[in-house]
Amino acid sequence: MASPQIMFTGSQVVSLLQEIGVTHVVTVPDSTLGQWEDDLKASDDIAYVGVCREGETWAVAAGLHLGGARPLVLIQCTGLFESGDSLRNALFDYQLPLFALVGYRSYLDQATLPGDTCLTFTEPILTAWGLDWTLYDQPGRAAETLDEIADQYRRCQREGQPGVALLAEGRA
Amino acid sequence: MAMMPLVETLSVLHEVRRDDEVVLTVMGTAREWMALGDLHRLDWVYVPSSMGQAPSLGLGMALARPQTHVIVCNGDGCMLMNLGSLVTITQQAPPNYTLILFDNGVYEITGAQPTPAVDPDGERVDYCALARAAGFRQIYAFDQLSDWQAQARELLDEEGPTMIYLKVAPVPEAVGPRSPSKAPDRAQAFAEAFQQ
Repeated sequence: MASPQIMFTGSQVVSLLQEIGVTHVVTVPDSTLGQWEDDLKASDDIAYVGVCREGETWAVAAGLHLGGARPLVLIQCTGLFESGDSLRNALFDYQLPLFALVGYRSYLDQATLPGDTCLTFTEPILTAWGLDWTLYDQPGRAAETLDEIADQYRRCQREGQPGVALLAEGRA
Repeated sequence: MAMMPLVETLSVLHEVRRDDEVVLTVMGTAREWMALGDLHRLDWVYVPSSMGQAPSLGLGMALARPQTHVIVCNGDGCMLMNLGSLVTITQQAPPNYTLILFDNGVYEITGAQPTPAVDPDGERVDYCALARAAGFRQIYAFDQLSDWQAQARELLDEEGPTMIYLKVAPVPEAVGPRSPSKAPDRAQAFAEAFQQ
């Protein structure tokens, strides 16, 4: 079971990704997302592609998509900030319908970083990009939230649009 | 080291490239590649690009289609923007991946300003040493066109990931590459060809 400040366990995330048919997870971990790493790496159905900086995630995912794979980008919101040009190129220049799970630092708990400016910039930046994004912020209803993310993913894929599931985090 | 003409080094690749190989070009290599003739269905002209991301884009291609050889033609300025990709590549270690680094020492299309990898005496960062430190094991360097011409096909046939360093001369008064057509249309056409 996930702790009160963690939305999902690794096994729950793996089940979600298997259900929606993700073949590759392209990621830079943070202290929440990183807790899923062992489960992701243990999956026979999902290839784990760790990269060195978040800008790479969109480019690697773009190449995977062009080759017929179904990649998922998994990064923190700080990495979203870092990777803007790569995101712009893949999602808008080439109009590739890539999907990302983005960790929302400090949303559930600002004890470590009081006044964390991630809370100031994350949502406006997603809106500025014009992305189909949804905030998932209720750790107590994991099963329902996972279904909602699956629905968002499928809708984005059906419509050929990129999307972001913004996951509230309680750790920095 | 001497410096080779960029277009000649690319002509070698153009001649030895097999019909089932992806060739990814960006910036100056894209400009000169397009000038060599009609584009192949497996050419990915990365224009417009996100500068620095060509090696990572090619890595994704190589991982998605392990039976297809992906050749990434990158410039030194682009490489400097994403040195971490060298580690990402060797961590994944796709055997069907070749990175060709064309080092002219300058940001060519912005007016040939020296990159930070060139010191005032003209000494350059050792990209082959960087690649080796990042985990590449097949690394080859050329500054003579005849040598590159003689060995290109053989090296491309090696099990990768492979890094090939080519020291090239800047193209005087070079301009940036033009997108050959609408990027989303090209992406769709490439994906269809790539997935066949």
